[in-house]
Amino acid sequence: MPPFEIIEHTADIGIRAFGASETEVFENAAVGMFSLISDLEKIREDNDFNIEIEAEDRETLLVEWLNELIYLYDSQELLLKSFRIASLKETALRGIAYGEHIDPSRHDLNADIRAATYHMLKIKKDPDGWIAEIIFDV
Amino acid sequence: MLVPGRVFADRSFIERADEEKALDQVRNVACLPGIEMASLAMPDIHWGYGFAIGGVAAFRMEDGVISPGGVGYDIACGVRLIRTNLLAAEVMGTVPSLINELYGRIPAGVGRHGDIRLNQKEMSQLLMKGAPWVIEQGFGRREDIEAMEDGGVLEGADPAMVSSRAIERGFGQPGTLGAGNHFIEVQLVDEIYDEKAAEAYGVFKGQLCIMAHSGSRGLGHQVCSEYIKIMGGAASRAGIELPDRQLACAPIQSREGREYYAAMACAVNFARTNRQVMTHLIRESFEYVFRMSAEKLGLDLVYDVSHNLAKFEEHGGEGEKKRLCVHRKGATRSFPAGHPEVPARYRSVGQPVIVPGDMGTASYLLKGTEKAMAESFGSTCHGAGRVMGRRAARKVINGHELKARLEARGITVRTGKTSALAEEAPEAYKDIDKVVAVCHEVGLSLKVARLRPMGVIKG
Repeated sequence: MPPFEIIEHTADIGIRAFGASETEVFENAAVGMFSLISDLEKIREDNDFNIEIEAEDRETLLVEWLNELIYLYDSQELLLKSFRIASLKETALRGIAYGEHIDPSRHDLNADIRAATYHMLKIKKDPDGWIAEIIFDV
Repeated sequence: MLVPGRVFADRSFIERADEEKALDQVRNVACLPGIEMASLAMPDIHWGYGFAIGGVAAFRMEDGVISPGGVGYDIACGVRLIRTNLLAAEVMGTVPSLINELYGRIPAGVGRHGDIRLNQKEMSQLLMKGAPWVIEQGFGRREDIEAMEDGGVLEGADPAMVSSRAIERGFGQPGTLGAGNHFIEVQLVDEIYDEKAAEAYGVFKGQLCIMAHSGSRGLGHQVCSEYIKIMGGAASRAGIELPDRQLACAPIQSREGREYYAAMACAVNFARTNRQVMTHLIRESFEYVFRMSAEKLGLDLVYDVSHNLAKFEEHGGEGEKKRLCVHRKGATRSFPAGHPEVPARYRSVGQPVIVPGDMGTASYLLKGTEKAMAESFGSTCHGAGRVMGRRAARKVINGHELKARLEARGITVRTGKTSALAEEAPEAYKDIDKVVAVCHEVGLSLKVARLRPMGVIKG
């Protein structure tokens, strides 16, 4: 199974992420999102960033996780490449994101992902593992 | 449904809206508490999150709701038109250097930050006082203030309701264009439909104008995201059942409702300031290229409209006036002649409505009408509306070929990323002429002038 695939809507774009565990599907959704923003192969994992999120339910937690990463990208000009979730509960998440600051000489920015939305948001477990679907505002 | 859904469109637009389920979205909005008259959509309707884009919905103050999803992520995204004293035909050869100069001065594209850095205190002032504040700081003329919806500042803004994260996202971004469908165009007025209104707006055939389309950047998106989360809880506490979480809303008079309005107003003020700073940079670019003062060149602001916002307005006939919270998500205010909100200098003809098209065709200057007041809470269309997804567009259109095609037609194009240009190709949008024609025939706005691009800057 691929870690994620791209889904498309008229005005926007989204990700369908897969994972053997819920933790993995959260991580892969983040990888998928940054693959839309820039070429992952060109991002170095020079820095790490601790992330802690709380939300009222699992769906909101997924949206908040991705919105937290968008906030880091937009406010601190970071490109993130890999993610390790250390602890994932129904309403709280703790993890680390690895990446570096944007360097215009090395990084092409392809899509301006502005927000993760609740539209058609899905996170579910089926016999093959976990699937999450999320649409981004660009 | 508490009220009917009403879409102003021709058959092809309706069929398309139905196909992409935008009509279901109009119906969902018609179920929200306190909605007045009808859940409306303009001819440029297309699928959005929760609320359709092109949607207009007004809610009663006493039992209605306010919804961040009904405003959209890019709060107060909008357009402004600047006129010059120049004849396009006489300065045709200068357009490429003008575009280069504008491109050099106005940061455009994904993640680009500007040179204007504000401190915490200045940011608070900006969020509270909007475009007039930045004009006081030297970024514009006093006359610009009157030529903006609400005089460039939406009352009721409270920076304390904007999170530090939203403010952080806004710090480097005043005077930056952003990416996506945002643009700056040097345009030629190629058709006048209404001489009297055109004269009042200072627009004439053959004139060179500049149009800027941008919004509240990262700050507005952060405000929207955070309040959708807050309101998800507020809606369920108020006993409102949501068919779609993107419709998250709260009673207008509730704490969450009031706080969202105060934060949204800050983002509105940020967007207008952003376009004002851009106007200043546009004037500087012209002065540099033409070696002449901006005043001599004209460069007067015709008007500035926002097409993603919620506002408190009075609607209804004499004796039955009601104060409503009007949400316009991809719709433009279209107030008629004589309305007190229309600037004095335009009051005899009506409010200027600016409708940006795609970069290959045209944009329009329209005027507001009484019909709009009666039928659509004083609203009309906001643009062409997408018909093709961004990636789909990239698959069928080559950015480099598109650039060549536009340049063969005399349109100078500058963009940070040529491959991304394909996403904004004319084929990816509805026919703007048809959208504007429907509004004209229905009478939601009337045509004043058409503007054709000569040079385009895309993020």
